Amino acid sequence: MKRFWGFVVKEFFHIFRDYRTLLILFGMPAVQLMLFGFVLTNEIKDARIAVLDLSKDETTRKLTEKITSSGYFLLDRNLSSFNQIEPAFREGNIKMVIVFGKDFEKKLKKENAAKVQLIGDASDPNTANILVNYASGILNSSLLTMNAGQIPLQILPETRMLYNPELKGVYMFVPGLMAMLMILISALMTSISITKEKETGTMELLLASPLRPAQIIIGKVFPYVFLAFIDACVILLLANLVFGVPLAGSVFLLLLETLLYIIMALSLGILVSTVTNSQQIAMMVSLMALMLPTILLSGFIFPIANMPQIMQWLCAVMPPKYYIIIIKGIMLQGNGLAFLWRETLVLVGFTTIFILLSIKNFKTRLA
Amino acid sequence: MKTLRYIIQKEFIQVFRNKRMLPIIFVLPLVQLLILVNAATFDMKNIRMAVVDLDMSGSSRGIISKYEGSPFYKIVYTTYSVKEAQEQMQRGNTDMIMVIPADFEKDLVTRNRAGVQFIINAINGASAGLMNAYSTQILMSYNRSVMAEWLTPSQLAGIQVIQSENSFWYNPKLNYKTYMVPGILVLLVTIVGFLLSGMNIVREKEIGTIEQINVTPIRKSQFIAGKLIPFWIIALFELAFGLTLGKLIFDIPIVGSLWLIFLSGGIYLFVILGFGLLVSTMTNTQQQAMLVSFFFMVVFILMSGLFTSVESMPVWAQEVNRINPLAYFIRIMRMVMLKGSTLHDISSPLIALGIYAVVIISLAVRRYRKVA
Repeated sequence: MKRFWGFVVKEFFHIFRDYRTLLILFGMPAVQLMLFGFVLTNEIKDARIAVLDLSKDETTRKLTEKITSSGYFLLDRNLSSFNQIEPAFREGNIKMVIVFGKDFEKKLKKENAAKVQLIGDASDPNTANILVNYASGILNSSLLTMNAGQIPLQILPETRMLYNPELKGVYMFVPGLMAMLMILISALMTSISITKEKETGTMELLLASPLRPAQIIIGKVFPYVFLAFIDACVILLLANLVFGVPLAGSVFLLLLETLLYIIMALSLGILVSTVTNSQQIAMMVSLMALMLPTILLSGFIFPIANMPQIMQWLCAVMPPKYYIIIIKGIMLQGNGLAFLWRETLVLVGFTTIFILLSIKNFKTRLA
Repeated sequence: MKTLRYIIQKEFIQVFRNKRMLPIIFVLPLVQLLILVNAATFDMKNIRMAVVDLDMSGSSRGIISKYEGSPFYKIVYTTYSVKEAQEQMQRGNTDMIMVIPADFEKDLVTRNRAGVQFIINAINGASAGLMNAYSTQILMSYNRSVMAEWLTPSQLAGIQVIQSENSFWYNPKLNYKTYMVPGILVLLVTIVGFLLSGMNIVREKEIGTIEQINVTPIRKSQFIAGKLIPFWIIALFELAFGLTLGKLIFDIPIVGSLWLIFLSGGIYLFVILGFGLLVSTMTNTQQQAMLVSFFFMVVFILMSGLFTSVESMPVWAQEVNRINPLAYFIRIMRMVMLKGSTLHDISSPLIALGIYAVVIISLAVRRYRKVA
């Protein structure tokens, strides 16, 4: 046991002496959380639009004003002919063009209906869709207030955005960032630190020492459990204090699940390091096979329910998916284990599989 | 010139001899393109809705059947208690709840207005916005049909309406893949380029082979150029391959000129590879280099406008994006590929990238010291 602790201390020295790595390990989550907490948002705000007003009367002027004063849109320029629409879009700043038809006011008075054309730049399909919807909503509701008329039989939708009323990106980002950084620190760092011993030849020394293989591996990963766990706490604290991300559920449960996820990631890291000998390959495999799937296949940004069936099956074997469900549930919705036991079991299952595979692959002899 | 050629030759031999690295460089990114493009979608297909119908009238049933008929919605739960529906949402079984209050029909007839409540799980802001837009649209269309049915022609004539005619240019079917393919392609080329170059010099440092190069008459600029060019060619090749796949498999329109895409791709790759080499000269171990690269890459990727639009970011963040090469290139790629923008339209981001490339490569050359 004493030998083992000596080994753990050695590993800690390795990490703490490399102050650059340490700085990044602790600076990174803080900086990233800050950055994205303020930056990533799905709110539509100040989208640049252009107006092609072929009628130029009182009503169209008022409607344009209504639209630009809504806070969603910013009038970038007025166009004077259809030919100018295409170049305006191609320049890239303008997201939507509103075209008021000829004799807008006259038609509205005479025929009770007038045409407006909303052209969205659908090279970004989501934004275009939302912008066009917002604009047509504003147009019709402002016509109503302008006439102050009572339209019969109106159905009015009232929307409540639950859990995240301001559509803040940080609510999505905190769980995602946790999942990503835990994988990075645990899986990547361990796989690299083990392959490094192989590459520089010091693994031979360790294997020849009286330490048992299991002790070597546990000693290697132990410091990273510690580091990853501290990082998780830093993220949670910052998210809660600076961005007001709620901690609706039990903090204890949250930390426990995080620990489970860290151990899962570590066993994955060990598995990667048992199948490769070079740091470069360990890193490429970890990054390519872990980072992008963690961002894209975990439900972090893109909802899994929208994906094609095959993709959903693929997502089902991504451990971060379950972790993200768990911490979203605990943090934002205040769920307890009663709702989350399935996901927890899946994580336990992954951990067991990775550890068994690593044991099977571990070789006490190099080369 | 001859020296340079030998360094380039050495690098190529090194890359192609490494049988494990080859599939990681060439196959993995393209497999990822195929997989991830399918995953990265906000296309709403199955919005799982819970319905709380407290009115139980003809009108409320009319509304519900509108949603049932829509391809976007799947009604997964019907109940008479809002609390129960919210519990379903908490369990993650439903994405949104529609509440039709009691006396809905009565209010509609007697008071001429009645409300319907949508409760949306907004943890994912982007989908929440879309769900809201879709739901409102359907409700409005129901509203119009009710008016047409119940009102007398003279009453109808008194209502002024603006008929908005919506059209979506460049992507009329709002196909999300069209939007994502250029972005993800850029992402993959970036990751491969950045990692290859970022790990390269530092690896020679760690193994010790850098000493052997340091004692040769190779000049600093030759060394950096020799490291840069092979990866530049590999990454450009990958870009071409990815474009072909995107065209063949996802049928992505390439409206603008290919020549322009490769021109900007070439300049962009100089920036990224220069950045990687700079990181490589400034760190001592591969572990450090990887962490630094990872840090910059995640910041660059998430701020680039690949997933959330740059316009909705605060002004200071848009200023920060001025030093984000990824933001420039994704913008250029989307403009040229999807909208057919010309050299004139993209001149300002292109010039920015050009300046960036010159600055970053000269920095890398300066930082590289021929002493250990």
